[in-house]
Order: sequence, then structure tokens, then C-alpha cells
Amino acid sequence: MAREIEFREALREAMSEEMRTDPRVFLIGEEVADYDGAYKVSKGMLEEFGPRRIIDAPISESGFAGMGIGATMLGLRPIIEFMSWSFSLVAADQILNNAPKILYMSGGQLGCPIVFRGNDGAGGQLGSTHSWCVESLYANVPGLKMVIPSNPYDAKGLMKSAIRDDNPVFCLESERLLSITGDVPEEEYVVPIGKAVVRRPGSDCTLVAFGRTVYFCDEAAEELAKEGIDCEILDMRSIRPLDLDAIVESVRRTNYCVVVDQSWSFASVGSEVAAEVHKACFDDLDNHVHRVHNDDVPAPYSFELEQEMLPNARKICEAVRAATYNA
Amino acid sequence: MTATSTNIPKAHDVPVPDVDVLKGWLLDMLRIREFEVRSMQAYQNKLAGGFLHVYNGQEAVAVGCLGAMRPTDPVITAYRDHGHALARGLDPKIGFAELFGRIDGCAKGKGGSMHFFDRDNYMFGGHGIVGAQCPLGTGLAFATKYMDEVINGGRSESVTACFLGDGALNQGAVHEAMNLAAIYDLPIVFCVENNRYAMGTAIDRCTASGGQITNRAVAFGMEARTIRGMDVIEVYREMKEIVEWCRAESKPFFLDIDTYRFKGHSMSDPRKYRTNEEEAEFEAHDPIDNLSRYLTSSKLMTEEEIKAMSKSVRSEIREALEWAKKSPDPDVSELHHDVYADTWGPYTGTSLPRYMLEQRQAEGGSGHGA
Repeated sequence: MAREIEFREALREAMSEEMRTDPRVFLIGEEVADYDGAYKVSKGMLEEFGPRRIIDAPISESGFAGMGIGATMLGLRPIIEFMSWSFSLVAADQILNNAPKILYMSGGQLGCPIVFRGNDGAGGQLGSTHSWCVESLYANVPGLKMVIPSNPYDAKGLMKSAIRDDNPVFCLESERLLSITGDVPEEEYVVPIGKAVVRRPGSDCTLVAFGRTVYFCDEAAEELAKEGIDCEILDMRSIRPLDLDAIVESVRRTNYCVVVDQSWSFASVGSEVAAEVHKACFDDLDNHVHRVHNDDVPAPYSFELEQEMLPNARKICEAVRAATYNA
Repeated sequence: MTATSTNIPKAHDVPVPDVDVLKGWLLDMLRIREFEVRSMQAYQNKLAGGFLHVYNGQEAVAVGCLGAMRPTDPVITAYRDHGHALARGLDPKIGFAELFGRIDGCAKGKGGSMHFFDRDNYMFGGHGIVGAQCPLGTGLAFATKYMDEVINGGRSESVTACFLGDGALNQGAVHEAMNLAAIYDLPIVFCVENNRYAMGTAIDRCTASGGQITNRAVAFGMEARTIRGMDVIEVYREMKEIVEWCRAESKPFFLDIDTYRFKGHSMSDPRKYRTNEEEAEFEAHDPIDNLSRYLTSSKLMTEEEIKAMSKSVRSEIREALEWAKKSPDPDVSELHHDVYADTWGPYTGTSLPRYMLEQRQAEGGSGHGA
């Protein structure tokens, strides 16, 4: 039986269920306990699990991220909440230099089963320092996995997979999606890391979307349908491993591809996808892969400017028309 | 120190261990020194690449501190890590193989000099970024306490030794780690190997602390002490008291250990920042000579016995080096191994290094990895 719950509740259910079955799992982050979570993701968890497993951390990302990584070396499986991935930059050495490399540097002696999670991308007029899209920066690093759910069902299923994974998993959530609701089964399930899903079937152009950009694509696809362009939307769900097979399968049918990635365009997830699709679908493409990104500027504060910066529906429509020679 | 438990020995009451333990420490220090001397030669002969930071002069710190701990108390350190790994029981031949980038190394030749890991001996690296090991060390202490108290419902039993240099004291990660250790009451000793130089920068040129680095601990409400680091017995007695206090109280401790690095920061260091006179002054307090003198003057060992031990160590280390030289380079398939714990795309999963698998086979275990 499914019921409709919020994205943040789905995340909470995933963490709570895993914590009930595995005592090695704990949650640490700023305001996760007494405050019930800055975005209420961990609401009520302190009550159920107590302060030894739901742990308020000082504003000290490098410290508590590193502490979590250290704890994995003795077999614990921490969940590290970054209030925002924007704040993870001060912990970059720990999360990029230690977590994804310890297994390699120790020659297989020590793995690092850890989850880092928090809000990624533009919120609501938060300005440039608080609007980081870290996917293109961090997905560059071997040794980590990265997921980016777009709805409550995937948020829960991917979070459960991430907690059970024996590698460091970076879970990118969006402040803009935390309140959306969706059907989530009451029964146990997981969503495998590295598997995309077709969100909207179509035959004219493949839209490759990550996280929040799925909704921009939905909006664009509705608009384009009126013009007779039938878009297929792939919700990638994971960035690393990237489900290239799913993209290739779709592009072989549509012959056109537009990648929609909310990070900056230079050396990005979007450019990686474009390069791989060009290689894998060279003979299937009837045009080069088009890309839609955040504008290549720091995130502005102004509401109007921020909306314009995002990889919004208008830009996606323009890209699809150009890609399919309908401009 | 505000120890309240009555069964914690004061440093001056900690008995000097019996002769077998002292001989073991002499052996350990001789091994470390000889390993480093041979490492430097190997580096010059291009057998070892990358960076090489040797431990000559600081042997009493690793041997004395670890001698005061249980074998299951976790240890972590920075990049000058050979001494700690050997003192914890890493076979020198496995160390040399790592140094030479060979498959038989503790990290299969993927870590190198700065990344000596030996999980079975609770040695958790070997970390190359200055100070970055301190949050990890705090995590080790968190984990032992969590396992003992939360998972097993008992009381915290282990103490973590987190070694760092005086040069690390100005890294943010170190301050964050100390703050976390203090607020969560973690049983960890931050063993500051104060060899007076952050690479080539003298401590008074880079570390503001009012002339005493233990002042840094005051800010965290952390107990602290300065001890001399050139006499292994003294290091042991001080550390023993501190470790047992940390164990009983489940609290962190800041230990400033006054020591000296006989060689440069790394092999490319011309040591222009210090004088020959200063070096000679400290070399006169060589920790190996100190313990040797103690043993002979206490009539626990004769000079001949020490010479014989020294000779046997030289031949053991020579053999270890020759063994490591014969170890093959890692197969190219190793490149994509140990990147992820699972197998996908170009990645081929992970497995323990050969010496650990052999150890498990010898013990009849399955050899299954982490």
C-alpha cells in the first residue's frame, strides 16, 4: 500500500528504518537533534533514537565529516548531514581526499561506508555562497558514488541503498523539493544506485535530467507537446555510476538529446554526458547533443535574476527546438 | 590533570617495565632507525620515489607512547609514519615493499611512504595532508566509545592515540577535531610530536601560543602536559598515566612531546633554517643511546649484548630490504582494484593485501576483506 508523503519524510523513513535494523548507523550534523533538523528532515528522530545516535554537531563541517570518516575505519556507518552542500566546501579535504580514497590508499584494508547528504543547488534567493551545485565539482572524484533523487519514492529508495552501500555515497537533495509529496509504499523497497528511469516516454527528443531539473523538463515537455514535439524525459537518479545504457537506449530511438544539468557548464556533469553520448551514439544522432545549465555566473539574489539563471523550461524549450531543427 | 579515579598511577609511580620489555623497546627503536637509514639509501638509489620523511631522533615517542597502550587501542598519524607502523608490529619487509611501490606492500604499493596502514594492528595510517588525520582520529575514538557504550551497552574501553606534528597545530581541522573530542568526551590523546619545525619554519615563527603550545588545549578545556621525548622510559611513564586517565574518564588529552628530527623534513631539505650546533646538541640526546646507557648502567644488558642486538637488527633489516626488492610491481589490473568496494564499470572490487591474506590463511580464517 502506498501513501502520499513529503520528500523530507521519505528521507526520514529511510534513515529511521535503516537505523532500526543496523545499530552501526547514526546521524550527525548541525541541528539534526534538538532542533529537529534545519529543514525538518530528521524531525522526531532524536526522540526515537536518542542523543547517542542522533547527534548535534558544532558548525564544524571539516571536523564532523572527518570524524564520521574516521568512525568508518572501525566499522560504523555514519550519515553526515550537511545543512547545505554549499557548506561542504570547507570539508572538501575530508570528503574528497579521505572518504573516497582510503580504500585505495590502504590497499583494500579499509573501506568507507558513509553517506553525506544535504541540500544542493539554488534554494530561494539564497545568493551565490548558499546556492552551490556541487555535482560537477565532486563527481570528478573516483571512489565516491553520487545520487540525486527527484521525488519522495526515489529519495527513500536511494537513501536506503546509500546507507547499505560499502562506499561513500553523496546524496544531493534540493531544498526546493523537500515539501513535494508523492506515493511511497509502506512495504520495504530500495532503489538501486546507478539506474535511471523514464519519467515521461516520448519519441522525438531525449531529455536527460538530474534531480530538480526533472520538473523543468516536465514543464518544457508540456509546452513542446503543444508544438508537436514529443519529449522523453530520463530521470537519471544517480550521477556516479551514470546509467549511460539508459541514455543510449533512448537516444537510439529519438535521435536527439538535450542534457539538463543545474551546475555550471564548464567541465560539468552535462559535458560528461554529452561527450559519452557523442561517443556511444555517434551514428544515431541527427544533431549534436545540446546542453542546458545554470548560466555561467554566480547565483544572484534577485528573484527575477535567479529564475533566469536556472536551467528553466524556457531554456530547455529553446534547446530542444534548436536540437530538433524546429527553431 | 584532574583525575578522580584512584587506581590511575601517577607518572612517577608508574614502574619501569621489566628487562624484557625494555629490551623489546631497544629492539624496536634500533629497527626503526635502521629501517630509516636503509630507506634513505633506497631513496637515493631510486628504489623509493615520491616523498620520504624519516623518523630518526623521534623513535622514543612512537615506541614509548605505543608501549603504554593496549594493542587494540587505535593509532593514527601523519606522513612521518614508518616508526608508528613498525612499533605497532608491521613487518619491515612489508614496509619496504610499500616504500618501493611493490605488490607485497601494506597498501599494495598504492599508498607509499606516507600511507602505511596496518589494520590488524590497529594502525589506521599514515595520512599525507597535514592535520587531516586529526578528525579521523577523533572518529576512531568516537567509534570505540560508540561500539562499547551504544552497541554493546558497556563502558568505553579503548583510547586512541592521534599523532600530529607541531606544524599541524595551525590547521583548522586540528582545532575542529579537538573541539569535537572535548564536547563529546572522547578518549583520545593528541600526541603532538613537537620537533620544533613545521617543515623549515621554526615553531616560534608560525605558532602563536604564548610560548607554550599546551595553551592551545586550555581553549578547549582539555587537560594538557609537556613531556620530554628523548627518553623512552620517561615517555612511557607519562603516557601510561595519561592513557589510563583517558580510559577511566573518557576524555581527551593534549600531550606536547618535546623531540627533535635528526634529519631534514624530507630528503630534499638542506636544513638551512637550523645550525649544526643545535643539531649536535640534540644528537647528544639520541633516544637509542639514552636507553642503551640506562640498560648498561643498570646492568640489565652489557655493551656486547647491545652490539649483538644492533648487528642482528642490521642483518634483519638488510634481509627485509632484499626481500622487498624481489617483490613484483603491482599488476596493471591493480589500477582499477580497491577503488570501490563493489564491482562495476572498470572497477574490480577490493581485496586485502597479500600479507594479511596469508596471515588469515595461517590462522585458518577465510581471508575475507573489509
